[in-house]
Amino acid sequence: MKPRSDYELSLWRRLVRFVDGETLADVERRAEENRVSDALSQKKVDVEAETLFEQQEKEDRDDRKRRLEMEHQKEAEELLEKYKNWPKEHGVKIFGRLYAIMAVLLCAVIITTLLVTVSYLPEYGSPDNPNNNEVVEKYNKEGLQDTGAVNNVAGMILDYRAFDTLGESHVLFVAAVCVMILLRLELTKDGKPTDTKRAEEENDRLYEPKNDKILQLSAKILVPVIIMYGIYVVLNGHLSPGGGFSGGAIIGAGLILYVNAFGFEKAKRIMNRKNYAVISVVPLLFYALAKGYSFFTGANHLESGIPKGTPGNILSAGLILPLNICVGIVVACTMYHFYTLFRKGGM
Amino acid sequence: MDFVCNFPFFCIVLCLATGVISSVLKPKVAKVVSVTLVSVCLVCSFCVLLYTVETGEAFTYMMGHFPAPFGNEIRAGVLEGVMATFFSVIMLLAILGGEKYIKIDVEEPKQNLVFVLINLLLSSLLALVYTNDLFTAYVFVEINTIAAGGLIMIRSNGHCVLASMKYMIMSLLGSGLLLIGITLQYDLTGHLLMSNIKDSIAVLAANGEYTVPLTVIIGLMSVGIAIKSALFPFHAWLADAYGYSTASSAAILSSLVSKAYIFLLIKIMYRVIGTEVFWDSKITNVFFILGVAGMLFGSFSAIKEHDMRRMIAFSSVAQIGYIYMGLGFGTELGMVAAVFHILSHAATKSMLFVACRGLSEVSGNKKDFSDLKGSGFRNKPAGVAFSVGAFSMVGVPLFAGFISKLYLTSAALETMSVKMAVAVIVLAISTILNALYFIRAVISIYTPRNEHYRDASFRPGKTFCVGMVCFIVINFVLGLASFPIINAIEQGLHMFS
Repeated sequence: MKPRSDYELSLWRRLVRFVDGETLADVERRAEENRVSDALSQKKVDVEAETLFEQQEKEDRDDRKRRLEMEHQKEAEELLEKYKNWPKEHGVKIFGRLYAIMAVLLCAVIITTLLVTVSYLPEYGSPDNPNNNEVVEKYNKEGLQDTGAVNNVAGMILDYRAFDTLGESHVLFVAAVCVMILLRLELTKDGKPTDTKRAEEENDRLYEPKNDKILQLSAKILVPVIIMYGIYVVLNGHLSPGGGFSGGAIIGAGLILYVNAFGFEKAKRIMNRKNYAVISVVPLLFYALAKGYSFFTGANHLESGIPKGTPGNILSAGLILPLNICVGIVVACTMYHFYTLFRKGGM
Repeated sequence: MDFVCNFPFFCIVLCLATGVISSVLKPKVAKVVSVTLVSVCLVCSFCVLLYTVETGEAFTYMMGHFPAPFGNEIRAGVLEGVMATFFSVIMLLAILGGEKYIKIDVEEPKQNLVFVLINLLLSSLLALVYTNDLFTAYVFVEINTIAAGGLIMIRSNGHCVLASMKYMIMSLLGSGLLLIGITLQYDLTGHLLMSNIKDSIAVLAANGEYTVPLTVIIGLMSVGIAIKSALFPFHAWLADAYGYSTASSAAILSSLVSKAYIFLLIKIMYRVIGTEVFWDSKITNVFFILGVAGMLFGSFSAIKEHDMRRMIAFSSVAQIGYIYMGLGFGTELGMVAAVFHILSHAATKSMLFVACRGLSEVSGNKKDFSDLKGSGFRNKPAGVAFSVGAFSMVGVPLFAGFISKLYLTSAALETMSVKMAVAVIVLAISTILNALYFIRAVISIYTPRNEHYRDASFRPGKTFCVGMVCFIVINFVLGLASFPIINAIEQGLHMFS
């Protein structure tokens, strides 16, 4: 509240000054001082307000900056995340596409190269081709006389080039061993099935047709015929087209049909683990021994003493008939064994 | 004909027969049969080697009653003798050294099958060495491939099944290419017997006929074999197959299976296509480039590994690269160097794999560097053998690796072309890289840590010690007495052509 302008000249103020012992000049000086200090304090307040304002301003700025920085960081993190995920989200896709394109291109190149190569090869079936040479001529002309086999192919694979066929039958054996390693479920020491084996057999029962009359009747009619035919193809390998490999495959198919119709319990009477071991090992051993003997006598120019017989008879062509039987047994066993391994991990 | 000439045939048929018998034997008996068989093969092969060195010429052996182009034939010269002897030795030592781990790694009922596979594999190796017929070679390549896949898979865990799957896919692709190559060449020449093919191809090349198919045939056969022997860009299957299978399998695969294929390639070069035609076809340049690339990238991959078995496996990629570089020079000396490197790498790598298994046995069956620290003190023979192998790989003098690097360098210097500069520089870089990871491995196994793995009752097995000692001796023999071996290789290559 502001005092009146003539307040200092009023009666009361004059009395007060008199009591205090002051003059009017003193009061004016004090008033002046007051005014100055007031102005000063006002200024100070102003400055303070300003600094406060600036401070706030700065804080605001800092805050904004920080927020901005955080935003930047967040963006960078997002970007990093994006980059990290890129291979998963897009990289695989792009790589897959590139891979597919490259694979197709590579295959196309290889196919073209091979086709071009084929176009450069000697014409098919032309009489003056390089592969119509003395080897083929001898096989055709003297095959019967050399090997005693009417079926020239049997003569070639089981007599002329028997070493290759020896290797080839062991390829079958080693393949069977490898499938056995992968799939065979083991029995315990006393020959009883383990839990996994039992579970597998339980599982297998679900699919086993229980006494399917139609299947059983047709199998009853077909299986003997199929197996007989297979045996015929094996035994006549040296007389007519066929032989161990094809006949063995037929017998194997017959066994598989039998097992499908009548179940493993009945098939086990002939084909169990023990029998399988014997009938897969013995023919191969006989094969190796017989051929070993034949190679040895041949290389050392000894008489082998194996009669060739009359060409065309069932008992002729030296070792070819027994070897065909061996190969047939091995192939049939291997086929049947593969089937049981794939179905429930062994016989 | 002397009786010794029958030995190659005896070995092959005996291996096949014992392989079949082993499938019905008990594991212990099968092991004895297998070891006996490999020893017999070793003795026989050595007799063949001595016989051929003495007579100074190769002999052919008629398989059956019909002479060569009509029937099958095998052939043995000095180089075949060296290879067969060497393969039998390594096979024997790999079985002896890893026999204990077969018992640990393989389920009991399947243990006899390991020996079935080993016997059949040996038969195929010997047949690949001795064969004089391209189609016989292919048949035994099949046995080799399947048996090798089985040896990876025999340790029935997920890693091994996956590894054998990868191996089979790649390897069968290689077989397929080889078969297409053989078929195409039969169309051009009408023969499967190596010497006859060579004559026909020489005539074709001289007349300038069928140049395109001939080049394609050489390419197909080479690429097929390169895939099967894990040359650099085709090595994707290798690390898993060698890194996770049981010790004997890894040793056999790395030092015998891949080497037999390379030997077949050399045979094709010399005895089927003929060196002039082969070297003219420029496929050797491809071998050279891929070999050099393999030397570098194999080592880089090995440096990155924390798993010691996989590190050794990747080092194989680099070493196969050395061999192909030697073949890539396209000179006699290069071939000698490559063949010698086949021997030195086979001896060293199988030792490393078996020794590494011995080290991991005393480190809680783990194979990481951190776990293997100090294992050299816990299993002393394995530690020594590993160090010897590592030094040999790096190429420290006295060891086998030094000699092969020496011969490779001198073969490079002899070529006097761009190949020389590249080969010498890359050899230097690759040696440094080899040192980087092998010396690190040696330091780490001799850093005394991991005392909690120490087991006072542990004794390294007797057969393991015998195997390791023999491996070390072979390494020193190759490193110190390389002269007669190099002579034999030169003589054998001479007999080839």
